[in-house]
Amino acid sequence: MSDAQAKQMALVGGFASTAAARAQAREAAAVGATKIEARAFSFFYGAFQALDAITIAIPQGEVTALIGPSGCGKSTLLRAINRMHDTTPGARAEGVLTLDDGPIYGAEVDPILLRRRVGMVFQRPNPFAKSIFDNVAYGLRVLGERNRSVISERVEWALRRAALWAEVKDRLKAPGTALSGGQQQRLCIARAIATTPEVLLMDEPCSALDPIATLKVEDLINELRGEFTILMVTHNMQQAARVSDHTAFMLMDAQTRAGNLVEFSPTGQLFTNPKDQRTEAYLSGRFG
Amino acid sequence: MTLQTNMLNYGGRRVVDRTLRGCTVVATAIAIIPLVLIIGYVLVVGGSSLNVAFFTQTYMPPVPADSGGAVDPATGLPADFAGIDVSGGTLADPNAPVVPAEPDLTQIQAQGGVLHGIVGTLLITLVGLLFALPIGLMAGIFLAEYPSNSLATGIRFCCDVLSGAPSIVIGVVGYTLLVQQARTYSGLAGAVAITFLMVPTIARTTEEMLKLVPHAVREAAMAMGAPKWYGTLTVVVPTALTGIVTGALLAFARGAGETAPLLLTIQGNSNLSYDLLAPMAALPLLTYKYIESPFPAENQLAWGTAFVLLLLVLGVNLLVRVVTTRIKGGV
Ligand SMILES: Nc1ncnc2c1ncn2[C@@H]1O[C@H](COP(=O)(O)OP(=O)(O)OP(=O)(O)O)[C@@H](O)[C@H]1O
Ligand SMILES: [Mg+2]
Repeated sequence: MSDAQAKQMALVGGFASTAAARAQAREAAAVGATKIEARAFSFFYGAFQALDAITIAIPQGEVTALIGPSGCGKSTLLRAINRMHDTTPGARAEGVLTLDDGPIYGAEVDPILLRRRVGMVFQRPNPFAKSIFDNVAYGLRVLGERNRSVISERVEWALRRAALWAEVKDRLKAPGTALSGGQQQRLCIARAIATTPEVLLMDEPCSALDPIATLKVEDLINELRGEFTILMVTHNMQQAARVSDHTAFMLMDAQTRAGNLVEFSPTGQLFTNPKDQRTEAYLSGRFG
Repeated sequence: MTLQTNMLNYGGRRVVDRTLRGCTVVATAIAIIPLVLIIGYVLVVGGSSLNVAFFTQTYMPPVPADSGGAVDPATGLPADFAGIDVSGGTLADPNAPVVPAEPDLTQIQAQGGVLHGIVGTLLITLVGLLFALPIGLMAGIFLAEYPSNSLATGIRFCCDVLSGAPSIVIGVVGYTLLVQQARTYSGLAGAVAITFLMVPTIARTTEEMLKLVPHAVREAAMAMGAPKWYGTLTVVVPTALTGIVTGALLAFARGAGETAPLLLTIQGNSNLSYDLLAPMAALPLLTYKYIESPFPAENQLAWGTAFVLLLLVLGVNLLVRVVTTRIKGGV
């Protein structure tokens, strides 16, 4: 996008201007710089401590995989980043968690604005009971975009990016819930990226999909690399190896059941030459 | 060995199963037969008393069987109503008191229709629904989306009490609040009384339907950066819309059949009236009036109004069916 164009869109206001501003900001920030950072970040559900002093720096524009046995707090960490726990009674965070150096749990942070910067894809596809078009347009409308041509342009863009356009372009008015599971998940990804959030959180996005649909979603993640900072929870080691640049391995404390970060390394290194004994044990299937 | 024991048990279980199933069939039959009989009787007897005039005319006084329906233009009464009669006998003694012959009530023929009642019932129930929908919907949304609130607990309790209250109580409230204050019976007072009956039904069904919406849908809207109210209105409520519409329709059907609250609020009216501030007729009231009538022919008309009411309720239920299958099929 040219400078003049960006300026003109900024004048138009609404969604287009923020997208342009973000695109520029993204070019300015180098891929690999720290996007999300946790320092001694702990999380509690009432009296139960689910995360124990996690320290991690998630790089911008890369795919980071989060692996570990069930119950070690992967989802908890992921959902802490867009404050999905806010409505859970008794949930509480401690320590530092930042997005672009801004504290996520700061008193002045509006979780609604935060979530507009941090998109999320869930384990089970959860399209709205609306048309395919309206599903993808939802985020734009939340942002207050009313211009129809802008909306349909963005919807097409998102569906193309989500590798779904060819399959649905003739039935955009059909209900999103009538698609197959794999298509629904790609629809949810399209819905999440339509507003070009900076970060995309994915909690086991392929666990409800068959191998072919899984491959499609993985291709898609590869496509989105660089443009979005992606943090993905997965139980599938091959998947982590295939799509991620960095991998974080978490484990829960045997006594307190609080989740710890064991190792955070470039994916190739973690899988071939893990630093920690426990990582090696987990990867070779000896526990977890 | 084990297998054999199981076989024995299997035989025993089958006997128990059959017996219990037989019991449920008998119980169901006992419950359903009277219902079928009632509906059947109303349909047959009520249906036979219907004609075009029944739907197109308003109240007219009954006439003797052979008058052909002629009306005395001066009095508005049937022409030979008086002739039932006073002039039949020979007047031997002009000074003797005139003894009118005892009229044979079975010879009296009903005429006219219940258009005013149909219009009244539809108007009153629709206006009631108009009041009850926004209140009930918003109360239901509040109950479902902010459930762990002490105010919500209170409202839920009130709804339960209100929906369990005898409807005559609602009638008394409507009478005191509206009829006495306005110094007149009116269709509006009836509509307000019906509103009181509809609100708890609508609120509770809305609540139940919203609770059935999966949490994942709310989370998805929340993760898109939608404020709670926006997600509720654009995602949660539309997802539950079928159920909510069903609840509203059932509330409408129930309201249309209510008698006690109307008895004390609308008074009834023999003429077709669209004025909500004046006394109004309604089908349940006409049914009551006709069954109280001394003329058997008019008693017969009560079955006609009952038939129309039943048809209305059945029609709404059918509509509910259509709505649920249509929307479910579409989503
Ligand atoms: N809402 C909650 N209230 C109380 N405890 C919770 C809640 N959600 C999660 N937990 C607990 O926190 C711990 C971590 O849960 P979390 O869902 O983050 O695990 P996970 O690593 O995502 O597991 P999985 O791989 O099975 O999804 C578990 O012990 C879980 O029981
Ligand atoms: Mg999880």
